[in-house]
Amino acid sequence: MMSEWPLLSLLIWLPMLGAVLVAALGERSPKLVRPLALGIALAVFALSLSLYAGFDTTTAAMQFQEKAVWIGAFNIHYHLGIDGLSLPLILLTTLIGGLIIVAGWRIEDRPHLYLASFLLLQGLMVGVFSALDALLFYVFFEAMLVPMFLIIGIWGGPNRIYATVKFFLFTFFGSVFMLVALLWLYLQSGSFAVADLHQLPIALDAQILVFLAFLIAFAVKVPMWPVHTWLPDAHVEAPTGGSVVLAAVMLKIGGYGLVRFALPITPDAAAALDWLVIGLSLVAIAYIGFVALAQSDMKKLIAYSSISHMGFVTLGLFLAFAIARNTGDVAGAGLGISGGMVQMVSHGFISGAMFLAVGVLYDRVHSREISSYGGVANTMPWFAMFAVLFFMANSGLPGTSGFVGEFMVILAAFQASFWFAFVAATSLLLGAAYSLWLVKRVFYGEVASSAVAGLKDLTGREWALMVILAAFVLGVGVWPFPLIEVMEVSVAELVEHIMQSKLP
Amino acid sequence: MTLAELQLALPEIFLLAAACGILLADLFIPTERRGLTHMLAVVALVFTAILTLRLMMAPGEVAYAFSDTFVRDRFSDVLKVFSYLILAGAFVYAKHYLRQFDLFKGEFYTLSLFALLGVMVLMSSASLITLYLGLELLALSTYALVALDRESRLGSEAAMKYFILGSLASGLMLYGMSLLYGATGSLQLAGISAALGGGAGDSMLLTFGLVFIVIGVAFKLGAVPFHMWVPDVYHGAPLPIALFVSSVPKLAGLALAIRLLDNGLGGLHADWQGMLVVIAGLSLILGNVVAIAQTNIKRMLAYSTISHMGFMLLGILAGTPEGYAAAMFYAIAYAIMSAGAFAVLILVSADGREADQLDDFKGLARRNPWHAFLMMMILFSLAGIPVFLGFFAKWQVIAATIAAGFTWLAVLGVLTAVIGAFYYLRVVKLMYFDEPESDRPLTAPVDFRAVLTVNGVAMLALGIFSGGLISLCLSAFVG
Repeated sequence: MMSEWPLLSLLIWLPMLGAVLVAALGERSPKLVRPLALGIALAVFALSLSLYAGFDTTTAAMQFQEKAVWIGAFNIHYHLGIDGLSLPLILLTTLIGGLIIVAGWRIEDRPHLYLASFLLLQGLMVGVFSALDALLFYVFFEAMLVPMFLIIGIWGGPNRIYATVKFFLFTFFGSVFMLVALLWLYLQSGSFAVADLHQLPIALDAQILVFLAFLIAFAVKVPMWPVHTWLPDAHVEAPTGGSVVLAAVMLKIGGYGLVRFALPITPDAAAALDWLVIGLSLVAIAYIGFVALAQSDMKKLIAYSSISHMGFVTLGLFLAFAIARNTGDVAGAGLGISGGMVQMVSHGFISGAMFLAVGVLYDRVHSREISSYGGVANTMPWFAMFAVLFFMANSGLPGTSGFVGEFMVILAAFQASFWFAFVAATSLLLGAAYSLWLVKRVFYGEVASSAVAGLKDLTGREWALMVILAAFVLGVGVWPFPLIEVMEVSVAELVEHIMQSKLP
Repeated sequence: MTLAELQLALPEIFLLAAACGILLADLFIPTERRGLTHMLAVVALVFTAILTLRLMMAPGEVAYAFSDTFVRDRFSDVLKVFSYLILAGAFVYAKHYLRQFDLFKGEFYTLSLFALLGVMVLMSSASLITLYLGLELLALSTYALVALDRESRLGSEAAMKYFILGSLASGLMLYGMSLLYGATGSLQLAGISAALGGGAGDSMLLTFGLVFIVIGVAFKLGAVPFHMWVPDVYHGAPLPIALFVSSVPKLAGLALAIRLLDNGLGGLHADWQGMLVVIAGLSLILGNVVAIAQTNIKRMLAYSTISHMGFMLLGILAGTPEGYAAAMFYAIAYAIMSAGAFAVLILVSADGREADQLDDFKGLARRNPWHAFLMMMILFSLAGIPVFLGFFAKWQVIAATIAAGFTWLAVLGVLTAVIGAFYYLRVVKLMYFDEPESDRPLTAPVDFRAVLTVNGVAMLALGIFSGGLISLCLSAFVG
């Protein structure tokens, strides 16, 4: 019965309408907005669960489709639908959307605008993951910049203006190339429908240009080395909620874009240039891992760790061609893509959890410097338990979600080339080094200062956040089957598609 | 001259009579009841709109009058209706400013209406003479409007510069027209087009004529390298006049370009396309880069206009119906956005000083959240961020440029849009991220606030539901 409902539209427009309501009510009844925003976020999460319940894991076809003419003159449709690649990310979005409302409970400066921005952002992100019309995708993709720009700029740290303008211009710069590519594709095919673009034959030199345009747009978003420099700035300056949503969901849009657009629309160019993406990914994994080791600011460390871990995602996504060349096993080539997708979801939980953990400390001590802490486990034992779990998961501890994705990608990398796997595996070492070193310096040892000595353990609100995220981190780690099952068929279909040449 | 022909020109005839009537009536209206002149002017616009809509041309329908010198088609009618709408909005915005700055004079209304008449004649011109007539009526009225504040030295200087440079451009254009006439033997745009199609004409004469025509068009649009007057005029003119100059005449500039370059010189498309590529490219780069260096927001908007005219030219140079429709959409969208931006400037102005410094916008979101929000939507729209109106204007001209085979120019266009985003974001930053320097609440009459609200919300509404406006613009070119 639920499938009769326009579920995806509800997931997009309910939070956006909620944002308008929250912003409008905020001036008059500030007491009301927090429960209202939370209620909307919970309703959206509940709806997204029914999406999961009604999802058919046996088909790669788009499900829950909605289609209406948007701009008839240019054959543009309001076309939504999801497959196994988008569903996990939508669930991640709605879950994180609820958590950041709770995390932002104590914001005092214009809370109604803060909450409205996050609700707006949430609706737009679901739109990005479910749009099946390229122009609609672009509109959601770009519109996301506006609320995020305001979130970092209004509620951010001391250097927030530099950070938010840099964030905005980097992403905008990348995405305009995608716009030109999409318009070119439209002029070739007469349609903005993603399905039509997947089938469009394109000559190799044109494919390479289109592929590079997509790569610039999504590489900035992921972010890949060397266009990653906006991320540490944005993360450090953003309020906790902003960092969480940025790391947990927005970075995934880059990976999702590669899977939805770059790979299937330009498979030949992707095969020809996979060395480029793999090379950049390996640089990100190894080099940025070292950079993370050198950080003294906790948020910056997590930001660099995010870049390094997202390197696994891009590595996994582009291993398929090399595997197929080496082993001739087309079906097995999907392992890297599956691993990349799992890594995205897992990193969504872990990075979100780590930023929330730093937020817990920052709310109490107002410092992000590692050197301000030491011995936190003595005064906040429960918090330390959760935080250590999240940082261990970040270093890829078996039994946590961080292990599954990395393991799959490294396994796939072995099939492609020993050296790919070798460099990628350094991340296990480096990840453990910077994560555990941070844990040692912040949580263990003697109580370092009077500020740490006066710390109070988690409040009920923080407990709820930590428990939920810990449950997901451990759940996916111990039993990843439901997650892999959802995406399995879609990944297989994607691999089959990208292995066929689209040259005319 | 038959009654049917007069019928076609009824909106123009009515507006002429109304403007003269208002000029006379204003003499008998005492200063303290000047609001009556305002009312009369708005009513005149409403009736002109009704007269236009009554005989609205269907797509593909064309009617000529007065020995084929005057034309009405879908293109002219749609543009005219938007001109009325925007001018009516401008009147409401202007009233608040003129009251505050002690400039509430009847001349503003009569001159604006005469300028509108020029715009309308220009839009409906089917011959070089009519076109020049409309152009000069618009230009002369605008020169006088820029100098509306007689006490202002900046204003007089701007008007003088505008007048001299504008006359020069008109002279060049007139010279180009005479060369065209010499080469083709016709003043009618259709006649010129037919002569070109028949292969007639001395190519040397035609090329010279074309160059002068393109210069004239570029000057009227304020495109590089004929843009020098734009920043000075925007800076020197009182805010409502700058608002006017940046909105309705842009629609006229579009009509001028389409009538001359397409209706008349369509046969020379290959020749003028190359010129427009250079002009558009330079406008995009110079407008966006120099705007970054401005601290005066009026000058910043002036350079932003230059870049936007570059975008509009991208649509025209494609030379396809889709391209023209995209340029038309761009011109209409820009006129609405620009009117809104200047209206917020008027709103922030107070105590006899125009809010023309960037710092005047500090902390606006705290002083007046709603109007700051409207301004933010206008700025994001100008920057071309989805889902606002400006984005839908931009992607259409970019698509037309790619279709015409100028992918590199399209890439240049979007890159300059990224540069442009920086200075729009700076204003958003001032409004939202900085603390206010004064806590004086912003006040404006209810009609001003209502029109501004409609104007700002239109950024969002016309963006999300852009399909209607896109079809409307296409219907002007695809019969």
